[in-house]
Amino acid sequence: MADTSIQPGVAARSGRGWYKRNEIAVTPWLFLLPGVLFFAVYVIWPIFQSFQISLYEWDGLDRPVYVALEGAEITDAECDALGPRARGNPGCADSGTTASTAEYVGLDNYRELLGDRNFETSLWNNLKWLILYLLAIPAGLFIALFLNQTVFGIRLYKSMFFFPFVISQIVVGLVFSWFYRPDVGLLPPILAFFGLEGVNVLGDPTLATYGIIAAGLWPQTAYCMILYLTGLNAVDPEQVEAARLDGAKGHKMLWYVIIPQLKPATFIAFVVTIIGALRSFDLISIMTNGGPFGSTRVLSFYMFEKALSEYGFRMGYGAAIAVVLFIIMLFFIGYFLWSMYQDEKGR
Amino acid sequence: MKSFAKWSAASAVAAMMATSASADGHALSGDLVIFSDMSNPAPRAVMEGMVERFGAMHPDLNIELTIIDREAYKTQIRNFLTADAPDVANWYAANRMRPYVDAGLFMDISDLWAEEEFANLASTRGAMTIDGAQYGVPYTYYQWGVYYREDIFAELGLSEPTTWEEELANCQVIVDSGRACYSIGSKFLWTAGGWFDYINMRTNGYDFHASLLAGNESWTSDEVRATFANWRQLIDMGGFIADHQSYSWQEALPFVVEGEATAYLIGNFAVQPLRDAGLTDDQLDFYQFPAINSDVELAEDAPTDTFHIPSGAQNVEAAKEFLRFVVSAENQTIINAGDALGQLPVNSAASVDDDEFLNQGFAMLSSNSPGGVAQFFDRDAPAEMAAIAMEGLQEFMVFPDNLEDILARLEDARGSVY
Repeated sequence: MADTSIQPGVAARSGRGWYKRNEIAVTPWLFLLPGVLFFAVYVIWPIFQSFQISLYEWDGLDRPVYVALEGAEITDAECDALGPRARGNPGCADSGTTASTAEYVGLDNYRELLGDRNFETSLWNNLKWLILYLLAIPAGLFIALFLNQTVFGIRLYKSMFFFPFVISQIVVGLVFSWFYRPDVGLLPPILAFFGLEGVNVLGDPTLATYGIIAAGLWPQTAYCMILYLTGLNAVDPEQVEAARLDGAKGHKMLWYVIIPQLKPATFIAFVVTIIGALRSFDLISIMTNGGPFGSTRVLSFYMFEKALSEYGFRMGYGAAIAVVLFIIMLFFIGYFLWSMYQDEKGR
Repeated sequence: MKSFAKWSAASAVAAMMATSASADGHALSGDLVIFSDMSNPAPRAVMEGMVERFGAMHPDLNIELTIIDREAYKTQIRNFLTADAPDVANWYAANRMRPYVDAGLFMDISDLWAEEEFANLASTRGAMTIDGAQYGVPYTYYQWGVYYREDIFAELGLSEPTTWEEELANCQVIVDSGRACYSIGSKFLWTAGGWFDYINMRTNGYDFHASLLAGNESWTSDEVRATFANWRQLIDMGGFIADHQSYSWQEALPFVVEGEATAYLIGNFAVQPLRDAGLTDDQLDFYQFPAINSDVELAEDAPTDTFHIPSGAQNVEAAKEFLRFVVSAENQTIINAGDALGQLPVNSAASVDDDEFLNQGFAMLSSNSPGGVAQFFDRDAPAEMAAIAMEGLQEFMVFPDNLEDILARLEDARGSVY
């Protein structure tokens, strides 16, 4: 007990509340809590729900449950079996609750996917998107290098180049579909000027996907450009100076000095472009609606069509497509997380 | 505790009021919640007008009308029927309502259909019936048919065809004059469904058509092949505008307006935009789709729009009264007038507005459609089948040579959908 009088600080500390004692450890979690909660409820939980729904055949509807009234000669099960007609039966009442109409089918939805030609088309189109969308990275870098200079009005030019990223994808899609239109579009007269035959890009099943990707590259290039412009700001002028003294010029300077320093920007550009390619949906929906004859579908669009669109009543099948898309995305996301982790460790 | 007591007292009073109101019978009270998809300007005014007139008849009733965008409604209906059901909701007839009927989400209103006034709605009784019970009431329908450029027909010396031979001969003259016979925008697929409906109903008759869409006939049958062969005659002679797979139905209208195509197989809703684009009634006319096989009776497409009572409705009595009001001859005359919906009333005691196209459509549907009245491809076939099939129809119109593959695909889908 003598200690306490000698070390009053300890006594005072142990006398404080639990929160005060653990403040440093607890506070970050408190700040994280709302985010973690929403992320868990609206992102993590639905992922597992998708896995579950993909094992069922379900039209997305719940039916009302009917029960027998007390003292009636009919049982609960009989009332429920009557369905909506139970309303006309004096012994039954609406229980106010609903039951799902889902039916467990195991892996049937996945088996059906294997033989589904539309699913195959969607997968191939997703691959085309993944590969061609990456063109946005070099294109963005090129424009960023071009714009990274100090002349009069450069801010205005930069913002003009950035503009396509600011406008909605829906607007981009509309603009491009008008551009391609065979009757009033700009593309046919341009082709005619060069003596080429007019081509209905969005009406041709072999070209339509490329036409949409071209439209998607327009805003995506602007996005990559802005990433590189900020990256170029961070390039160390002393290194550039030193390289210049050593006689580095042109593309050698670019390849060995500038681009290595832009690695963080390239990484982010890669991440957003891959994710952007995999979630391409709005452009397809507005430009071709998946057509002609389903040739421009990608997985996300096909999922929407099967589960949620005007004619889509197959939640289970849609969920199975979503699970496949999730696994593909998981592959990339896993890689991104791993490489970020390596990066953190290296510091 | 105090507030809880107050609340329960208030709810008890409310419950008492509700029971006394329902016991009274005629004076409707409480809330009537209506969800509607009539979001375009003219239908919206019609819906608001109906609520206003119904409200004036029942001053104690508090009507809450929610109008939802017509396209968004098609997906939202699944959520609100289950979670937060209104007392009255819009939807469509025939197979389009089957998922909700099967799930028990629409109320069986056969008792309403047994009433006297409903005898006047006999023409759509079949479309509102599933497994012997009725699940909704119609408020409007409209004819499909060929809307054509009267002035160009006169210039080329053509008359309205009544047989397939005349139709093909006409089309040859039109094609030779450098025009296309038909405009169509098949980007959203269903317009191609209209063409299939007509050629198939004319080739094989209404009963075969209905049976095919119900899944009871094979898509690889000779009958279906005959339909596609007839259709192909028009395609091969250049009867349809090029690149139609890139246009919506609205984007295909200018071809008719500018005279690059002389006709359009479409619903009566196309008349208003064609008039707005500057075509006068002297330039635009209508004819019934010509007969192909003289052995089958003529049948027509006439899609019907409807009102339903969800099973979760709270104020069923008011909802039923509203449906009675909707189908009354007086109301159907008002809402289908040329300055309102501009369509046809379903109630046979209602009068049709004096309009060139409504008159022709009414005459056609009431006296020259002995084979039957179909709803439309995507309302008669189950949703999934309709989506797959219409995609195949569009492909056929662009690449007729792919027919075998398309038919095999549809037959395959028939095996899994039904």
